[in-house]
Amino acid sequence: MVRMLLTGNKTTAYSAMRSRVQVVSAYPITPQTTIVEHIAEFIADGLMKAEYIQVESEHSAMAAAIAASNTGARAFTATSAHGLLLMHEMLHWATGARLPVVMVNVNRALGPPWSVWADHLDSISQRDTGWMQYYVENNQEIFDTVIMAYKVSERPDIMLPSMISQDAFYLSHTVEPVDIVEQEVVDNYLPPYDPPYRLDVNNPAGFGSLVMPNHYYEFRYKIAEAMEKAKKYIKEAAEEWYEITGRDYRGLLDCYRCEDADVVLFGAGTMMSTAKEVVDWMRAEGKKVGVARIRVFRPFPGEDVRKVADGAAAIGVMDRAYGFGRGGAFFNEVNSALYNHRNRPPTKNYIIGLGGRDVKPRHIRAIFNDLLKVKDEGLDGEFRWFGLRRENMPEEEI
Amino acid sequence: MIPYDKLPHTPIASVNSVVVKTGAWRTFKPVINYEKCIRCMICWKFCPDVSIRLEDGSSYPAQSERIKETIKEAPVIDYDHCKGCGICAEECPTKAIEMVPEEK
Amino acid sequence: MVKLTIPEIELMSPGHTGCQGCGATIAMRYALKALGEKTIVSIPACCWAVMPGVWPNNCMRVPLLYTAFETTGASISGIKAALRALGEEDVTVMGWAGDGGTADIGMQALSAAAERNEDVIYVMYDNEAYMNTGIQRSGATPLGAWTTTTPVGKTKFWERRPKKPMVDIVAAHKVPYAATLSIGYPEDFVKKMKKAKEISGFRFLHIYSPCPTGWKSPPQYTPKLAKLAVTSRAFPLYEVEEGIYRVTMKPKKTPLKEYLMLQGRFRHLTDEDMKELERDIERRWKELLLKEEMTAKLEELNE
Repeated sequence: MVRMLLTGNKTTAYSAMRSRVQVVSAYPITPQTTIVEHIAEFIADGLMKAEYIQVESEHSAMAAAIAASNTGARAFTATSAHGLLLMHEMLHWATGARLPVVMVNVNRALGPPWSVWADHLDSISQRDTGWMQYYVENNQEIFDTVIMAYKVSERPDIMLPSMISQDAFYLSHTVEPVDIVEQEVVDNYLPPYDPPYRLDVNNPAGFGSLVMPNHYYEFRYKIAEAMEKAKKYIKEAAEEWYEITGRDYRGLLDCYRCEDADVVLFGAGTMMSTAKEVVDWMRAEGKKVGVARIRVFRPFPGEDVRKVADGAAAIGVMDRAYGFGRGGAFFNEVNSALYNHRNRPPTKNYIIGLGGRDVKPRHIRAIFNDLLKVKDEGLDGEFRWFGLRRENMPEEEI
Repeated sequence: MIPYDKLPHTPIASVNSVVVKTGAWRTFKPVINYEKCIRCMICWKFCPDVSIRLEDGSSYPAQSERIKETIKEAPVIDYDHCKGCGICAEECPTKAIEMVPEEK
Repeated sequence: MVKLTIPEIELMSPGHTGCQGCGATIAMRYALKALGEKTIVSIPACCWAVMPGVWPNNCMRVPLLYTAFETTGASISGIKAALRALGEEDVTVMGWAGDGGTADIGMQALSAAAERNEDVIYVMYDNEAYMNTGIQRSGATPLGAWTTTTPVGKTKFWERRPKKPMVDIVAAHKVPYAATLSIGYPEDFVKKMKKAKEISGFRFLHIYSPCPTGWKSPPQYTPKLAKLAVTSRAFPLYEVEEGIYRVTMKPKKTPLKEYLMLQGRFRHLTDEDMKELERDIERRWKELLLKEEMTAKLEELNE
């Protein structure tokens, strides 16, 4: 145990240090900036041995990380919002190239209008890229997840990149106690990167050439297959980490008191830690509510969602991002998992917290009460933009 | 066609391209008249398709015996791959190479 | 024993799918001869991304990384950083991009890699248009040229801007070495490539690569065009080392018309138009000679 008081960003920097990353490509963007700054300080002070490339854009940050990973080095980078969007092309590339790059993304809203505050649309927009995607609720989880992510990504039968998303300012700039674990302990858990293929002058080959339609389909299938397999390995990696640290990430869904809950609320990020507090308060009042925090979004925990549906009489899904179609992404994917399932409780989408608008305990309480009403009286509508400033706005949403 | 479970994760290309017989592209092919060849190897130097090899020149004539004595190699066209671009014929200082129509 | 003027080793195999008479394939062949086996090449989207062959075929006998179009500068930086991290310092890293992928979309990553003085070789093989996508105009397309996006039409819509001076631009980043090379002069080419190999820091090589398909020139004239470009001064051979300009070939001038008329892409030019081109080329040549004279004085500053 090495306990320190750290911001989410500094925690991220320590996770890169502990993971013994070998190449870091760095480009600043609020509110990720201090991640790359801390890493630079660690390297400058000799605390971390890594090659540090001060690239000129996020697109180049990912391109350099990919090239470094393909050469056989453990690569890391971090970004947020528009930076993540800028590297979109290269996110797809990392997946197709089957490289275990790990990246921390700070969830920030997209402009215009300019906003630096917490919002999930940046990472939600990347759900098709084939990256494994995690959403964390506290700084400790950032640290633990980066290390576990390398372990899973670098498996020779997985070789897919991983993205860990943390909420802007709520985590990135907020100090929490974090155990950054001894280096030797992490070394024992995470061995050096030993790639199944790399650019090697002693064994020359070409990586990424043109493939005709007669094979492209199969290459994509292999990615899907690896993504599915990853579920098992994510759980195994978490099991091993639990043995070492006692911290339990063994569920792809972090279910809090949802086993016997009447209604369950899905969602991701820091607002779920608020939701867990509200669950305790409402349970004390006799209301059987529970929370299913989406910790691993890719691969999507369909089986775990179905298990929750087997017990709950109504399901709410909070989306801190709106993708302009048929509701939020989490809502759509939860629904999709349940459509062909025998147990299909009513599901309702709550769009909330966009652009960093605070999600307060009383908002969560109101949502649970709304869900309890849905359970008793039936679904009154699929989508609710919770907190929309409007004429005759309900008190509970303010 | 390779089944998916025999594929590498990502297209890793390590089959040497010599298997691709680009000689089939030709409409004209270069023919070296070795009697004029001075073994300067300029043809070998400029070939974009690495289709002129330096081989043992003892069985090939040269412009003079002297040349054959001092230079042991001769340029030989690899017709499996030569695309018939005509660069060798154009660059040859003694005009020893002629582009002739490829027979069907 | 035959006395070859360039290394005998072949690190490129036949069977690639380059067009007949492709200048870029001659360029790669020479580059690999000069650099040797311990070389890793990064190639973005361009003709060379297709020429090694359809997977699993590969004409390259050194490791090759295919990357996205605009990323060459970043990619080679990443490879080099990884090699350093792995303790493999003696491997040469070469980015091999076309003129579109360098002067246009790749400019940002190139400029950054140059500014950071990354220890890599960046080659821009210049066929003066986006050839892989079918002959569209790039920043390196010369004055007067027909391309599919600067067609002649009825309104003289051909290229109105001269080539982007890439060596000068990169040299302005204060890199140790930047030079122009032409496949028409293989010995000069290999010499400069070998020189670049031995220098540490960012090295930029601008290679003139005639394209029979895009220039509408007979394939057998590729080396000839590569020589005429130099002798007509359309593409002078020079290097910039630590800021000092050196014109490496000062040939007797040949008429520009001879060079232009071998290429269909200039066929529409009248004698009047050619005079304009000739003026631009003369001006650039004189500027180059002046730069050589002027920067010779920098020798003192470099001490």
